[in-house]
Amino acid sequence: MHIPLQTGRSEVSLDAASSLEKAPPQSPVRAFLLSRGSSAFADRAFGGLMLVCALAIFGIVALILFELISRSRLTIERFGLKFFFGSAWDPVNGNFGALPFIYGTVVSSIVALIVAVPLAIGLAVFLTEMCPRMLRGPLAFLTELLAAIPSVVYGLWAVFVLVPLLREYVNPWLMKILGWTGIFTGPNYGIGMLAAGLILSIMILPIISSLTREVMSAVPHSQREAVLALGATRWEMIRMGVLRNARIGIVGSVILGLGRALGETMAVTMVIGNRPEISHSLLAPAYSMASVIANEFTEASDELYLSALVEIGLALFVVTIVVNALARVLVWAVTRGAPARGA
Amino acid sequence: MASRTANLPLQGRKYTRAWRTFANHMATVVAVGSTILVVMPLVAIFIYLIYKGASSLNFAFFTQIPKPVGEAGGGMANAIAGSAVLLAIASLIGVPVGIASGIYISEFGRGTRIANMVRFTADVLNGVPSIVMGIAIYSLIVLPQKHFSALAGGVALGIMMVPTITRTTEEMLLMVPLSVREAALGLGVPNWRSVLSITLRTASPGVITGCMLAFARVAGETAPLLFTALGNQFWSTNINEPIAALPLQIFVYAISPYDEWHRLAWAGALVLIVLIVVSVALVRYVAGRGVLKGAS
Repeated sequence: MHIPLQTGRSEVSLDAASSLEKAPPQSPVRAFLLSRGSSAFADRAFGGLMLVCALAIFGIVALILFELISRSRLTIERFGLKFFFGSAWDPVNGNFGALPFIYGTVVSSIVALIVAVPLAIGLAVFLTEMCPRMLRGPLAFLTELLAAIPSVVYGLWAVFVLVPLLREYVNPWLMKILGWTGIFTGPNYGIGMLAAGLILSIMILPIISSLTREVMSAVPHSQREAVLALGATRWEMIRMGVLRNARIGIVGSVILGLGRALGETMAVTMVIGNRPEISHSLLAPAYSMASVIANEFTEASDELYLSALVEIGLALFVVTIVVNALARVLVWAVTRGAPARGA
Repeated sequence: MASRTANLPLQGRKYTRAWRTFANHMATVVAVGSTILVVMPLVAIFIYLIYKGASSLNFAFFTQIPKPVGEAGGGMANAIAGSAVLLAIASLIGVPVGIASGIYISEFGRGTRIANMVRFTADVLNGVPSIVMGIAIYSLIVLPQKHFSALAGGVALGIMMVPTITRTTEEMLLMVPLSVREAALGLGVPNWRSVLSITLRTASPGVITGCMLAFARVAGETAPLLFTALGNQFWSTNINEPIAALPLQIFVYAISPYDEWHRLAWAGALVLIVLIVVSVALVRYVAGRGVLKGAS
């Protein structure tokens, strides 16, 4: 696929920061100095030690995968793929199906994306293209703070502020206006899928927005200038010169946000309602994969129950790894040709 | 490209001047509007935290351990100490491994396939849900030991620190000019000394920034502690026993039905947020004016 903004890649600059992909030019002097006898052993040992630490990262991921698979073997053998399509969750009789949790995770993440993506892109557009220079620093700092707030604090805020707000004002209004669609019906508890989706959207917004910003600043200025020179308005410049060139990276950042939303635990656990049922209404309590683990793991008395919970964790692990890898590849595809930052 | 000129985007019937100006203004309004919508919840969270937290924060909060249900007062001294113990263990694991991997990617394996794969794996590890990390450590440490412990919680947090530190260390080391390294080597310094006391030293503000960011991130993590450190109502700093932690305590108190505990949860959240905001602000300050300006 041809991405216009990568045409600037041939002019590789000489400073080290911009040539992430390239090995440093090995000067003969440097090679000579490194090969001398006295420090050659110590150097090799040091390099080896660093390598061991780097390989430890592989080791950790492999170990996590191994532990998850070996601890969930019981349910994998017993239920097979049916585990992901069954909707019974009956620890007493040893019958397990993860469908309600998968449904809860997927739907709450979709709600989060629907709310967060337009806002995140709007924020990124404002910060990179429209914002007065004076405001840019503080606003970027504020969104960074949003990313640094721990999940449990979001949950606390959601329980005591967001949920009452939804219950008293937003939900009755939604039921009146959009009740006919069938997704805003039923008893109004405040907690439920909608609350979980909204708190998730606040949490993934900074990630999507900061990555989108990065991708958008990677679009060369010449692209903007060219579109402006053709007589475009500022919005047309943003749409045709920036967003179109950055779209793959933006999709990547959205997927990264999705990865975060899928695995988010504490805030969701506190507001989703924790009821393993599939309901078509967004106002009804639900359950998510991460929150069932958080709530029931220490209570899981027998082997099969524990194994079922670990298998949910395994599914979560595999899905987030795939989602993250995909997102990284997409973001990388756009930013690798970018000029050095600050240039 | 030539075939595209037939339907250039600006040639449609609706591209009258008035419509284009209108669309331009609308876009500005939408962008400003979404910025306001994003900033609003943040401001709301902070105002509410300060309002609720400050009114319930007192001296006893830092010096007393929780009182039984129904009694007023009490504090979270044990949770603060517990968090300190957990974070110390985490840093002991995460910081050396993270920095060493960053050094490997940037100084020894730069451009090689192994280095690229390590970088990619670190990014992927960064996205692993923290609850899954909890399960893995549970089955690695808690099950063989047959009891919950501060050690298990610390290890879980330490592993979560590694990817952030690795990536920032690598990025910071890449900004050190090659000539600095060559000057050191030219003076007869062995390569390992040059890496440690020249390259790493030059990049140290940035590397410290990365460590602080990782620290701030795991300081608020709750999910991996749920079934590793478990939590504890009493004073304990023994790393072989269940230990209390600030985020864990906030979670337990927030979902409890008691007003007194809600009050303590808000106070705890305020303490946690202040800790994190101070470190993030410090990081920005250091990164903004240090040797590696613009590197953050």
